[in-house]
Amino acid sequence: MNVLPALKGILDELRQRFGAQIEHAHAPQPNELYLHTRLELAGALCSVFYKRYNGRLAGVFAEDARAEHNVFLVYYLYALDSAHGFVLVRVPVPKEQPEMPSLTNAIHAANWQEREIQDLFGIRLVGHPNPRRCALHDDWPEVYPLRKDFDLRTQLPPFTGPRHKFREVEGEGVFQVPVGPVHAGVIEPGHFLFSVAGEPVLYLQLRLFYVHKGIEKLFESMSIPHCVRLAESISGDSSFAHATAFCHAVERTAGVEAPPRARALRVLCLELERLYNHVADIGAICTDVAFVTAQMHAMRLKERVLRVNEQLTGSRLLRGMACLGGVRFDFDADQLRGLARLVEEFEKEFKELVELIRSHSGTRERLETTGVLRPEVARNLGICGIAGRASGFDHDLRRDFPHDFYDQVRFTVPVFTEGDVQRRMVVRREELFQSFGIIRQVLDKLPAGSLQTPIGAVPPDRVALGYVEGWRGEIFHWIHTAPDNRLARCKVKDPSLQNWPALSEAILGNIIPDFPVVNKSFNLSYSGTDR
Amino acid sequence: MFEILRQSLKTGVVTTSYPQTPPEVSSRARGKPDIDWPNWTDARPAAAICPTGAISYQDLSGQRVARLDLAKCIFCGLCADVDPAIRMTNVCECAACLRDDLVTSAAYSLKTDGTHHRRGSPPSVTKARPGELSPAQRQSLEGIGQRIQERAGQLFGRSLHIRQVDAGSCNGCEVEIVGLNSPIYDIERFGIHFVASPRHADMLLVTGPVTRNMELALRKTYDAMPAPRLVVAVGACGCSGGIFGQNYASLGGVDQVIPVDVYIPGCPPNPHALLHGILLATGKRTERQSGSEKPRP
Repeated sequence: MNVLPALKGILDELRQRFGAQIEHAHAPQPNELYLHTRLELAGALCSVFYKRYNGRLAGVFAEDARAEHNVFLVYYLYALDSAHGFVLVRVPVPKEQPEMPSLTNAIHAANWQEREIQDLFGIRLVGHPNPRRCALHDDWPEVYPLRKDFDLRTQLPPFTGPRHKFREVEGEGVFQVPVGPVHAGVIEPGHFLFSVAGEPVLYLQLRLFYVHKGIEKLFESMSIPHCVRLAESISGDSSFAHATAFCHAVERTAGVEAPPRARALRVLCLELERLYNHVADIGAICTDVAFVTAQMHAMRLKERVLRVNEQLTGSRLLRGMACLGGVRFDFDADQLRGLARLVEEFEKEFKELVELIRSHSGTRERLETTGVLRPEVARNLGICGIAGRASGFDHDLRRDFPHDFYDQVRFTVPVFTEGDVQRRMVVRREELFQSFGIIRQVLDKLPAGSLQTPIGAVPPDRVALGYVEGWRGEIFHWIHTAPDNRLARCKVKDPSLQNWPALSEAILGNIIPDFPVVNKSFNLSYSGTDR
Repeated sequence: MFEILRQSLKTGVVTTSYPQTPPEVSSRARGKPDIDWPNWTDARPAAAICPTGAISYQDLSGQRVARLDLAKCIFCGLCADVDPAIRMTNVCECAACLRDDLVTSAAYSLKTDGTHHRRGSPPSVTKARPGELSPAQRQSLEGIGQRIQERAGQLFGRSLHIRQVDAGSCNGCEVEIVGLNSPIYDIERFGIHFVASPRHADMLLVTGPVTRNMELALRKTYDAMPAPRLVVAVGACGCSGGIFGQNYASLGGVDQVIPVDVYIPGCPPNPHALLHGILLATGKRTERQSGSEKPRP
């Protein structure tokens, strides 16, 4: 078994401790270890990974393996940042009695993901503190879309189920403010129910999954090359990151790697995606505290990046660029000069924008100590990405699990512990400066050569984890291949799914008028969450 | 304060002069695919590689009807990679008032090896008729922007109010719609602005395939608007369901739920394409002023 020495050590220790209860272990990739074990051991292993190996639960998902193994399979994905490896614990859930113990009481990060499994697979959660519907709303009929015997194109009758009941918050002077799902701005749909007493928010209930469009089921109906285009439509502002994470997974099942030039171009595109989103967010945060001039400058800068994206890849959102085994389009000398010029000019103008925002004391006043997410809360909720780094969680897949060309460039990861809106903005600002450096380094050492490693039909019954540090945070795509170049399962994990509950925590004690800016400082993807 | 002014003055005016001038898109941009219909000999490779079924064909008793449906096209350009008869243009102004206007089809005779050839010359092509702007309209100072401003002015006191609803999109369309408020596209120069409530709106700009979870919210938003009202479906998903199509959680295009006046193809449509579609819709305003609204499906 070709596996990282650190993971090998962990495996040996676990075998010593749990003996034959670890029924099988295999590592299709050196940094991806699978442990097959029994359902009863899931909790114990979780506790070991957290306490002993400083791991964290990065995902929980299921698959319907009743046809092959007569059971449902549940996977727990642990990221061991210090060992630079992933461990996937696989446990069977009997089909006659589809029940699994919930880990949510111990690991809050599992909350929504477990409930999603319950909704989509019909596996009942035992001991979950709030086992209500989430992915399929309360009025849906009893259907389990991700089971193999459910047809993707099923036309469900009009929904007649009960409406969602929110929790009551009582007390003298307490009232509730419902917002959404159709919001006042141009954003995605979700429902927020604020319970307030006077100005401060006592409690915020989130209700999402309004844009659930059956993406994971759709993956199972398409040929793998078509799935790349579907991956681009999981979260529009992370098109390239999601598509690349998916391509990584497929490349790992096929045992191929993209050629060096393609890996370098992928990094350029990922950084361009980071550039336009971060600058847009910085502008939007300024708007929400009524500093519109900064927003206008930020939008101008964002438009410049989008136009360069179009010049480089034919699409302003970098769509159509990703492909299996590499990238679709090469950049010629002219295009590369254009990109270098963009970085020069963007950096200069961005510095001016930063100075403009810094000089505006009213903005700083509104952003500092607003929407605080304390580090220990962030750690409990498993918050990752920008929000995690603003609340003391020092991690970044680009550094800890370098993919593509990131092992060839030098950069630092900005981390703060205050966890307020200001720090989430500053993380973006500092990451932009790092991005300029990364793009320059890649341009300097851009390898020559081919753009794609050919991938034929992907071998069936292989599993692989693809990952990318998108601008929002870590993106995982886990696939299980099927015959005829298709997928038996594709699990998509956008960082937003994990990060939404942070909003409920960060808003406590703040006033409703600050909600837009707090929400914007996280800027989570609804579509990436709901899928 | 001085710094704010200095920066603004230094930046100057950055707003595009579209639609007086053509859209500022790169020559490399992928817009509408252009099929060489008379010389097209095989629709099968393009149809097989198309991820959304925008290119399709039907064989029946020695005859083949091939179709290009712009409402489904995500402009990925994969068809052009495999078929020399297809070329990606950078044309982004594709909006149309009728769903059928986005479909082009041609009939061919089928050969035994599965390829096809034209019957007589040229093959009977039913062309898509997107609402294109003529060069005359564009160049003239009395161009479409001003024309629309006048029309919208007559009807809405020089302003058109838009309420945007995401009924299930991936957020890609929203990234571009937000761009309409940027100083580059500055939609307010047409007297058009985005409002927070459907009760204040003349136009509903809807993105995404309509999900089952958003169906009710979309209907309620539509019902909350005062008549007369316009609906614009945005993007491949809004026009047809796009790559998601119809499934257990998605109802498909916006017109499956509420009547649509203008379809704007694209994945996502860029801000020029959005402006083009919105202006097209307001131009239609006067035609529909006296008529009754389409019945609800």
